[in-house]
Amino acid sequence: MEHIDIASLPAAKQVGRPLDRLEAKAKVTGRAEYIHNLTLPRMLHAKILRSTVAHGRIVSIDTTQARAMKGVHSVITSEDVLKVIPEPYFGPAFHDQPILAIGKVHYVGEPVAVVLATDPYVAQEALHLIEVQYEELPAVLDEVEAVRSEIVVHDELKPAGTFPDLKHLAGRKNTNIALDFHVRRGDVEKAFAEAEHVFEHTFRTQQVMHTPLEPLVSIGELTDTGMTIHTSSQSPSFVRIEVARLLGWSEAQIRVRTAFLGGGFGAKLYIKLEALAAALTLISRRPVKIALSMEEQFYTITKHATTFRIKSAVNKEGRIIGRECEVWWNGGACADIGPRVTQKSGFTAAGPYDIENVSVDSYQIYTNLPPAGAFRGFGITQMVWAYESQADIIARELGMDPVEFRRINLLREGRPHATGTLMKDAHLIEVLDCTAKRMKWDEPFDRGTGTIRRGRGIGIGFKALVAPTTSMAMVSLSADGSCFVYTSTVDMGQGSDTALAMVAAEVLGLRAEAVRVIHPDTDVTPYDMATLGSRSTFHMGHAVRLAAEDAVAQMQAMAAEYGIDEAERIDASSLLKRRYGMQAGNIVGIGSFIPDYISPDKDTGQSDNITPNWMIGGTGVEVEVDTETGQFRIVRMENVVDCGTPLNPKIVETQVSGAAIMQLGAALYENMEFDEDGQLRNASFAEYKIPGIHDLPAHLDTDIVKAVQHSGPYGAKGVGESGTFGVASAIAEAIHDAVGIRLTAMPMRYEQVCRALHGNEALFQAEDA
Amino acid sequence: MMSNRMTSISFVLNGEPVSAQIQPHHTALDVLRNIFELNGARESCGQGLCGCCTVIVDGQSVSGCLYLAPALDGTYVETVESLEEGAELDPLQQAFIDCGAFQCGFCTSGFLLMAKQLLQSNPDPSKEQISNYLSGNLCRCGAYPEIIRAIQLAAQRMNQKKLEETA
Repeated sequence: MEHIDIASLPAAKQVGRPLDRLEAKAKVTGRAEYIHNLTLPRMLHAKILRSTVAHGRIVSIDTTQARAMKGVHSVITSEDVLKVIPEPYFGPAFHDQPILAIGKVHYVGEPVAVVLATDPYVAQEALHLIEVQYEELPAVLDEVEAVRSEIVVHDELKPAGTFPDLKHLAGRKNTNIALDFHVRRGDVEKAFAEAEHVFEHTFRTQQVMHTPLEPLVSIGELTDTGMTIHTSSQSPSFVRIEVARLLGWSEAQIRVRTAFLGGGFGAKLYIKLEALAAALTLISRRPVKIALSMEEQFYTITKHATTFRIKSAVNKEGRIIGRECEVWWNGGACADIGPRVTQKSGFTAAGPYDIENVSVDSYQIYTNLPPAGAFRGFGITQMVWAYESQADIIARELGMDPVEFRRINLLREGRPHATGTLMKDAHLIEVLDCTAKRMKWDEPFDRGTGTIRRGRGIGIGFKALVAPTTSMAMVSLSADGSCFVYTSTVDMGQGSDTALAMVAAEVLGLRAEAVRVIHPDTDVTPYDMATLGSRSTFHMGHAVRLAAEDAVAQMQAMAAEYGIDEAERIDASSLLKRRYGMQAGNIVGIGSFIPDYISPDKDTGQSDNITPNWMIGGTGVEVEVDTETGQFRIVRMENVVDCGTPLNPKIVETQVSGAAIMQLGAALYENMEFDEDGQLRNASFAEYKIPGIHDLPAHLDTDIVKAVQHSGPYGAKGVGESGTFGVASAIAEAIHDAVGIRLTAMPMRYEQVCRALHGNEALFQAEDA
Repeated sequence: MMSNRMTSISFVLNGEPVSAQIQPHHTALDVLRNIFELNGARESCGQGLCGCCTVIVDGQSVSGCLYLAPALDGTYVETVESLEEGAELDPLQQAFIDCGAFQCGFCTSGFLLMAKQLLQSNPDPSKEQISNYLSGNLCRCGAYPEIIRAIQLAAQRMNQKKLEETA
């Protein structure tokens, strides 16, 4: 590390600087710390035996042979877990996830038993020696079927008690519905009766996996004060609270620490392996590491498959006057945070459009598939896929330009959203216009000839920042002027360390490079709800700003006490030396932030303040389709966001293009393929394709519209997900534009286009003529 | 299949002769991480498909998660930790920083080593040549455009420096 003479650095403007990540050097030298790297003395490795059936009763588990294998420390089943944790069920919304299966299994891949050994190869080998007998039960896999199915995934619903809108589901039996959320505005029936045109479509999305390249990993160890859990988690504060609840311990007895995450994308949220790590540590009384393989991640957490029926009433002028949305979210066998996805994304299902009459029904459904939870976008990409695909279909049928159709329907500032909340600082029109401009939408477009045809499409989506959630921060200045920022925000690649350092530096008149950001350690860093849903810039940005301002106020008070002229630059170093007579002491500022919010009405979903801000993303796409093979390539992709005023434009741009590239995977390639028995066929990169370097669009560019989020720290709001919103529907429209084929289910693969093209020879030849 | 038999291997690791006691089923990654505590190469997909575990053995990039430890005997092994010279970053490392060519950083070591190997054989690669060469490395954060730019920038700087040195 080069020496930084803090006192000599100018107090330049920090926010808005294009700044490299503070940890850049650590990441290019291989030195960056990940929990993946951590080993502890006397550590045992845990390997998990997983259910081979989608739904069944466990008749017997024979561990005799595995226990006898040389090098095996122990074999653990739920019997052992129950001895140390009498109620071993966890989850943020429902207590529906047993640490190890108890009596029943609910999906292929559910953890059933664990082998512990000092050598991970021994633990893995011994798994083959455990014999489990199941009495198979019929399984339900489809989210729409599961609504009325006789097959019930859980005998009884057990809400966690944290969310008020789930409490009424406690004890409910014979249902797979883990939340039904509704929005009612105006009179939808009347709108359909009066409409000039009515459109009804059903759109589907598939189950996909985040595949963070650092697979989930957690290590538990007993300490003199309780237990420490080292984990690749996006939510250390929640892990502490949930593990303390499971063990019946106080928060003071559980310490949770994280490092850099090798990607998160929502996979490492709430509580995952930590419950099992805590149980195994308690049972074995030794440090235990659980490090998943890439394959195992597919059985741990995924993104909801959805079925979305959308029906729209449109008048003569092309205005949408009514919209009915029914969304079924396939949550798999554990609700995880699915009920929040169902609600928070559910209320945006009618899209960013000014529609007087809206009805939304959004259902979180249990099925016998691996659990689904948060995934970059928190359900928004599934919604945008449907409402933007339909927007393009409507525009086509009305003979309107799709950009113009959007322009006349988009919500303007001050207009009420479907929930009744008035739009504020939501630059929808600007994002649409900027995307269209970058696409040269109004200029002549080369549509190709012969077997190569070209088309283009634009999609725009919005997301409400999840609320109400709390962030706390501390800023400490030491007597040489060094600055330390303590937060529980997890840097998983989004650049939060850098952004938070910039905010603190801005307030304190320092350079961001001189600020040390302390990584989450619940014994050291204060509470934060979680690093999710693009909430950190807004929430933790404010908390750090307030903490730094608190430190400044303290310094001003000290300066006044010592009669230092207000005009003079006050610095922590001279003040502390004066107070304590030497290089000693600290100035510690604290900040906390929770935005205003009003819960939606239970029956109508109405709220005067449903969200602290709206994040907006638009994507324009040009494709080239080979009409013989159905193969297509993206020749241009333009991604535009409203993120307020970017704190660090350099990182924002990479975040936006990275999000769009990730979404290309879900749009075009990725699909967890299950057979009729719920067996996953492709849990590996050999058969599950994520975007590689060859999948980049030939031209890819990013833009940030000039905007201010007036309620945000320095005008900023989150941006980690916005690049994903418009990608999929824009591709579908571009394909339609090129060859007249409309795809309504993701992923959009060449073979689907090929099949559609050749099953529709007449249409294509007619257009060709 | 596992075997408990221990064998001894000797090789040159980032310029330094070393030896290690291993079992035949151990991988190069096991040796580097567990014995020599070099954590730059990482296991991700475990199938040689993502490139996170890339190391250089006798001048050739291999997947450390598949390359068996016994085969390291008598070789020269280089890892991402060898790129720095003293406190001086390799031009590729610096270009990766300047272009913002990573987010979470988990895949970065693999991309750097592949890029290093590419520039040794092709000091001025085109965008297509870079893409072809790196098609076996995955980056879930999607930093590919920045990675391509970084490699071009590093190549340009290295070629410029060579020109200046010969002038």
